[in-house]
Amino acid sequence: MNQVGSHILVYGYGNPGRGDDGLGPALVAALEVLGGDGLDCESDYQLAIEDAASLAKYDVVVFVDADKTGPAPFWFDRVQPSRELSFSSHSASPGQVVGLAREMFGARVKAYTLGIRGYRFDELSESLSTQARSNLALALAFVERAVREQKFDEYTRQFGIDSGRGCACDPQPAEA
Amino acid sequence: MSVIKRVVIEPVTRVEGHGKVTILIDEAGKVVQARLHVVEFRGFERFVQGRLFWEIPVLVQRLCGICPVSHHLAAAKAMDIIVGGEKLTPTAEKLRRLMHYGQMYQSHALHFFHLASPDLLFGFDADPAIRNVIGVIGKYPELAVQAVMMRKYGQEIIKATAGKKIHGTGAIPGGVNKNLSLAERDALLKEVDQQMTWAKSAVKIAREYTTAHLKELLPFGSFDSNHLSLVRADGAMDLYHGNLRAVDAQGKTIFDQIDYQKYVDLIAEDVRDWSYMKFPFIKKLGPESGWYRVGPLARLNTADLIDTPAAEAARKEFRAVTGGKTNNVTMAYHWARMIELLHSMEKIQTLLHDKDLQGSDLVVKGQRREEGVGLIEAPRGTLFHHYRVDKNDQVVMANLIVSTTHNNEPMNRAVTKVAQDHLSGVEITEGLLNRIEVAIRAYDPCLSCATHALGQMALDVSVVDPGGKVLSEKSRA
Repeated sequence: MNQVGSHILVYGYGNPGRGDDGLGPALVAALEVLGGDGLDCESDYQLAIEDAASLAKYDVVVFVDADKTGPAPFWFDRVQPSRELSFSSHSASPGQVVGLAREMFGARVKAYTLGIRGYRFDELSESLSTQARSNLALALAFVERAVREQKFDEYTRQFGIDSGRGCACDPQPAEA
Repeated sequence: MSVIKRVVIEPVTRVEGHGKVTILIDEAGKVVQARLHVVEFRGFERFVQGRLFWEIPVLVQRLCGICPVSHHLAAAKAMDIIVGGEKLTPTAEKLRRLMHYGQMYQSHALHFFHLASPDLLFGFDADPAIRNVIGVIGKYPELAVQAVMMRKYGQEIIKATAGKKIHGTGAIPGGVNKNLSLAERDALLKEVDQQMTWAKSAVKIAREYTTAHLKELLPFGSFDSNHLSLVRADGAMDLYHGNLRAVDAQGKTIFDQIDYQKYVDLIAEDVRDWSYMKFPFIKKLGPESGWYRVGPLARLNTADLIDTPAAEAARKEFRAVTGGKTNNVTMAYHWARMIELLHSMEKIQTLLHDKDLQGSDLVVKGQRREEGVGLIEAPRGTLFHHYRVDKNDQVVMANLIVSTTHNNEPMNRAVTKVAQDHLSGVEITEGLLNRIEVAIRAYDPCLSCATHALGQMALDVSVVDPGGKVLSEKSRA
């Protein structure tokens, strides 16, 4: 699966008991079945500060989360280390975790976020909406390919949140 | 009739979930009341109706990504009653306790070092650009790394005992589904001495801060209150199991050693038209004077002793500050929280050397019942789970009272006190905003078991007149 030999972590987070909020863990569960050399999968309800220590050992980290408002079916973008003024809760953003990893552990991990569009968040439900399931399938195909080819930066140009691309049904082969 | 203006602050940063604060002032600018509005998620009771009872300990973890272990264990304890398995095997009880102490340890470490310490280390009036976790990393880098490693250690205990970090399945009705392997034990033992050193140092920081700033902290958001928690039969602090005890602001016993299966005889919940969150109170005292605090401060006030030596020594120092009397200082929550963190680490160290954790007798069952209550002292305070199950094993009723709900009235009182002391006119100054947050944060509230999708969280502050017109706004990204 991994053609370059980097150590990659795909980290899905969200609450599977809150409908489409579970998109991140659902993608990771599916990706784990596919597996791959150099690929680790992790999921949790949310990101937390101790993830800064965990991700410091990886070359690349892909955070996977549900998105309430972003383009469908998904977007893919680089995570910039954040020095935000404060944590708003016990959970942290990808940028905060990457920032902490850099500040505290000197990590130079390349980090990306895969945001999968969800639609139904405000109810206790263990199932994904029909549209979210469809988006998940496309996001899974994308991330499997991205991990295998490891042309992450090229894909951010195609599917970055500001790219205006609303459909990632068939990722174009990235340029070398 | 005087006109009342509303000063609105929403949401509160660095606490769980979303909330907003409305300060009601009269024409003279005097604070009449402050209200903490909590966006509490509803509907759990309906969600679990019809579900099979043995699914519940796993299912309830989805209520909250912050303290899933507490819900997991409280539900399992309730289901122990349903299956007649409340007398757990030594392996099962000790494994659950280890899981719980791991949860307490990581939660308290995170709250103190990454949420509260910026306020304490830099002062309430410090520039927000410095008064944050990045500021802590810059000035006290070893402290910041230590906090991360403490949190990580607690999470590793949870993973080893619950099976996994997400949707742990360790506790089941009547016991547990796994023991602690020797490999898991040895991995945890490698770090335990370092963690103990850090835990002791955390208590020292909290003690020194509190005693050095006592004059400032004594009145800050403080008020007399009742306190409630579980205690052991001998009156010792017990974070996993015990009977209910409540004391008043002077330390006088309100009730003691009450079996929590009968909590409905003791506790009722008041409803107010401006809040979705209920206001629990001790029935015999009524809603006006029967409200109480839960959590670390309450537990330090209700317990006669702590059965681990370092934490007990720390408890005595804590009690000495108020001359052995009940401590009603809101900011003392932080010191109390660190004493519990140390107690948890002492318990973890002892348990890791206990061979019962490698036992194979994991589950007991007895007389089947149709109703069960499970209580646990969660990091934020006493957590109640109450279920009824029919003959088809399906849940027909669920009632939860979470720690933050118990502390609803106290948090409102704390904000009111701060507003009375620090609001001038209708302008929400940085100083006022900071102090309101500091007061609420002392309770470590979980304001909502909300989703954590991308694109949420900011701080918006508004001043609104009685007609809903926004007089001024203040935002913090």
